[in-house]
Formats: sequence, structure tokens, C-alpha cells
Amino acid sequence: MAVQDYIRQRFFPHMWCPGCGHGIVLNSLLRAVEQLELDKNDIVMTSGIGCSARISGYVDFHSLHTIHGRALAFATGVKLSKPELTLLVPMGDGDALAIGGNHFIHAARRNIDMTAIVMNNRIYGMTGGQFSPLSGCGIKATTAPYTTIDNDFNVVDLAAAAGATFVARSTVYHAKESTELLKNAIQHKGFSVVEILSQCPTHFGRKNKGGDAAAMMENYKNITAPVGSKTLEENPELLGRGIFVQKERPEYCQEYDKIIEVAMKGASK
Amino acid sequence: MENKIKFVQGNEACVEGALYAGVDFYAGYPITPSTEIAEVLSQRLPQAGGKFIQMEDEIASMCAIIGASLTGHKVMTATSGPGFSLKQEAIGYACMAEIPCVIANVQRGGPSTGNPTHVSQGDINQARWGTHGDHAIIALTASNHQDVFEMTIDAFNLAETYRTPVILLLDEAIGHMREKLEIPAAGEIELVERLRTSVPKGVDYRPYLPREDGRLPMSDFGGEHRYNVTGLYHDMWGFPSASPQVVNELLRHLVDKIDINIEKITRYKEYFLDDAEYILVSYGSSARSAIHLAKNRREKGEKIGVLELQSIWPFPHDLVREKCSRAKSVVVVEMNLGQVMAQVKASVDNPEKVFLANRIDGKLITPSDIKRLLRVIQGRGI
Ligand code: SF4
Repeated sequence: MAVQDYIRQRFFPHMWCPGCGHGIVLNSLLRAVEQLELDKNDIVMTSGIGCSARISGYVDFHSLHTIHGRALAFATGVKLSKPELTLLVPMGDGDALAIGGNHFIHAARRNIDMTAIVMNNRIYGMTGGQFSPLSGCGIKATTAPYTTIDNDFNVVDLAAAAGATFVARSTVYHAKESTELLKNAIQHKGFSVVEILSQCPTHFGRKNKGGDAAAMMENYKNITAPVGSKTLEENPELLGRGIFVQKERPEYCQEYDKIIEVAMKGASK
Repeated sequence: MENKIKFVQGNEACVEGALYAGVDFYAGYPITPSTEIAEVLSQRLPQAGGKFIQMEDEIASMCAIIGASLTGHKVMTATSGPGFSLKQEAIGYACMAEIPCVIANVQRGGPSTGNPTHVSQGDINQARWGTHGDHAIIALTASNHQDVFEMTIDAFNLAETYRTPVILLLDEAIGHMREKLEIPAAGEIELVERLRTSVPKGVDYRPYLPREDGRLPMSDFGGEHRYNVTGLYHDMWGFPSASPQVVNELLRHLVDKIDINIEKITRYKEYFLDDAEYILVSYGSSARSAIHLAKNRREKGEKIGVLELQSIWPFPHDLVREKCSRAKSVVVVEMNLGQVMAQVKASVDNPEKVFLANRIDGKLITPSDIKRLLRVIQGRGI
């Protein structure tokens, strides 16, 4: 299938600002789905609230646009009740890790089979540029006129510590790499987290002198390096890109099937 | 199959009702005094091939059952006081996106952490207005275990009929008290399955296009129709729209589908109402005391009757007006500061004749509590 067959073309052009990174994330994701030759009827995309969350309206899958921060909780209900479905859960940074932080760590702990995509632009875009738990210190935002003093999370470390069995990071500058990582994440049996750095020129960029969209993307190239590369080794202040965790651990829905088996045997005795 | 007789807690009667109705997905977070619903279902659901999940909080539980309902399952969660507060945003989502689900709230004393192991009926208004915005809701209640069983089945039937969350308002005394429950053979009580679309694959399916009878045929997630579900105002395909016409029509539809069917939704029982001069209006465990007192005083020749409400929302104003029209006084018996009393006052022609017999101290209201107030109203002193 052509990649445009995976989108609801009547809703284009999309509502994201010119230069927003979220469209590139959508592109990478659709190419992953296309290359894996997934059936549209087998995919459920669950999103929360915010600029990122509108992504679910654009894809021709079963789509569930939920409430702020709860996309993973809804997705858990969908997946456990029908484990044969493929769950894609794109979230904004505030969505995933402020209001949704609890669900994030618990979904990782359970190792329920879904792909969480953190579209990290370090800002609350839709509500007009307030700082997020991924903004980090020294950032200007509408709610941080004197700059932030809040530390940020390292999504990769957090996901790994909480028990996610696949953890990766990339940026919208590296769209093809993102597609590869997403393919791996979707195919991985368990809770997968892919953080994709995505620019918000409208709010983050303007306030923090990040330049235009192209400059912000260029910056992603400059501040990251592949996992295992010499560059990264020599410059530990750079952010790693690539796969950080990929391991096997019993998956939640499969474990639950075993519970059913045991319970049914007990009941028939 | 024969009817089964059991000696159970009210919370277990609720579980039996849910299983009879066909629940096959439960998500919850433990909270007193509702925990037995989760405990028993964690054992019974997998025995029947269903799923139980203990989520990280009450919010996640509510979200998870909505997700599971969309794949075509009959779903429920159970909670008490603070947990009910946490669920409200997602309950609003289920109202807006028209997703069938059942929420049992075994009430405890509030506000806040309140009185966890004590009885209260303080969440009547929260069941109606806990979530933001205008909307309709269905809330049922029960005063004995047979009725808990039946109202739980009804809750599922109404949820599937009207594509809406239904709240089961039990209380601590009912939840924890033990009494006899007779479970009818399968098939004896009619069950409602959600209406599924007959639109074939490839043909335009509009999940939010009501049929002439107001029902919306659903398609399961994972099925042949891919559509969008959102908590935003949406068009008949489920896609966000802020068009004034869409917003206006959707909100009216959400409210009307419940309000227009109030007669089909209303459930009540009456005791000695025909010639009653004094009518006790009550529900849940306080109705037991009201019924006890009425029986007792009837034997002494006093014309006392009871109207027991089994559905609280939509509030049956017409029913209450009609039943109470000839009474000298109407006494609402409840364990709060008069939440149902306010509705009864709004129903009757003369609100001056409506009184409240209540307790708010975590103790059950007894027949003598009610009698004391009645004596004052009757002008007979204490
Ligand atoms: S506000 Fe920022 S995140 Fe939102 S669409 Fe515009 S650029 Fe993208």
C-alpha cells in the first residue's frame, strides 16, 4: 500500500503550524507501518490531548483521541481486551510524562505490548507555550518568564528504569532512522518507548532563540550522536540516538492468558 | 438449570449481577468499601475467560474500561468516595463519546477521605454533576441484595441500550451486609446487547448517526470499520467539529436520549402508598429503615407509605409528584444533607410539606430516628 493510503486525506492540510516537527513524526510512523505491511484494521492509535494528540485524526486506523495524559490507560484497556491489535500511542511530552507520568511508568512495569511514542518538543504547544517536564532548566516559557528551575526527565533512563523492554531515541532530523526504530519498536513484543525530538518553532523556538524550524532541526543533528559511536563516547554531553534497551521479558497479555488457563482449570474441578 | 441460592455481601451480589449480565472486562483500583467487587471479580472473571486488571489508579481504571468497551466488551469498574471523584473526567468522556460502561460507587462518608468504613449516601449529586459541562446520566441504586443483583444487570442493559455510562450507587451498609441472594437460571432475566452496525465493509459507516429510535449502532475496534472516537464535539463520523450546529445538536442528543426515555429508565417500588397520609421517600440502605417503620406503624393503624427509588437519575419528578400528590407530608429519608430532598421539593406542588429525616454521622438511620421526626411533623411531640 502507498503511504497516503494510511492517512485520512480529507483532513489535510493538517492543523500543525508550518515548520512543526510533528508532521515528520507522522511521516516516519506511517512509513514504518507501510514497510511492516500492517493491516489498517489491526491498528489502534490512541492519543491524549495537545498538538501531538491530533495525530490520531489523520491516520486511517481505529483512532481514539482521549483525555490529557491518559492515552496509555485507554490503550491498556484496548490491548488487554483484544490482544491481537497493534497499539500505537503517540503522546506529547507533558501528556506522556507530567499528567501521564504515572501511566507511563506502570505500562512499562507491566510490559504490555504497545508502542509509546514521546513526541518531545519540550513545550506545551497547544496551550500557548508553557514549560513541560521535558523542558529542562534555563528555558523560557509563558509560565517561566524568568526561566525554568525545574529539572527534566531523561525519557530513556526513566523508561528503562520503569521496565520498558524496548527503548529508543531519535529526532525529526533523522526521519529515516526514526522509521527504522519505530519498526523495531512495533515488532517488539512488550512495552516499547521511542522518544522523538520534534521542534515547536512557534512557542519553544521563538522564546528560546532557537531560530526557525530548519535551524532547530539542524540543532538536533548537532546535539545528538548514534549510540555506540565514537563521537558520543568522546562527547558525553551529546544525546544518544538509537536503541538503548531491547530485551525479552514476559508480556502482560500473554501472562494473563496463563492466568485464564489456571483459573479455568480450577473452576472446572 | 436451577436457581442458585447464596448467602452473600451486597458487593458480591453486585458481582453476581455483573457476571449474569455478561461482564467480561473489569479494571479497578482498590478502595474501601468497594474492594470486594474487585476481589471477587479477580477470581471469577478469568474463570469465565474474562479479564481483570488492577490499574495504577482510579483514573486509569476508568480509561481502561472505556478502551475495552470499544473492542466490544461489557465492562465495569467499582470504587468509593475519592475514587469516584478521580473518575469523573473520564466518565464525562464516556458520556461525550457514547461508550457503554458501568461504574459502581459503593458510597462512604465524604468529603475528602471522609469516613471510609462508614455508611453515607453523599454522592447523589456527584453522580449527576461530578463531571463538567451539561450532560445526562443514569444512576441506579438498591436496598437489598436481590435488588442489587437486578439493578446491576439493569445497569449493563441500560448502558448498552443508550450507549452511556451508568452509575450504580450502592452504600457501605448494603455493600458489606450479608443476606440471601437467589440467582435466577441463565436466560430468565433478559439481557441487552449493544446494537452493532449492519453497514457492510467498504460502505460509509457513521458511528454517531442515530437511527430513528435514537440508538447508535456500534462497530468494534479491530473490526471492518475504522472510525474516530474523541471527547471533543464531533460530527457523525466521530471527527472533531466546533460548528455551532454540530455542537448544539450533539449536546441535545446526549441529553435527550436519556431524558426522553425517563419512563423506560425509571425504577421504583412502593409500599402502602394508596391511602398514605405520610409518605417516606427513600433509597439504598435507608429505605430499609423506612420500610420497616412503615410496616410497623401500619400495624398500629397509621397511614404511612414508602416510595423507594431504585433509579435516582434521571430524577423521576413526574412519578414523585403523582405518588405524593395526596400526602399530608412527605419525608425524605437519606444519609446526607438532603440531596434527594431537594429533588423531591422540586417535584411536588407544595414544597412546604417536604421534610428531611437524615443522619450524617456515619451511623445507619434507624426506624426510630425516622419516627422521632415523624412525630414532630404530625404535631404529636416526641
Ligand atoms: S504550537 Fe508548536 S507543537 Fe503545536 S503545532 Fe505549532 S509548532 Fe507544532
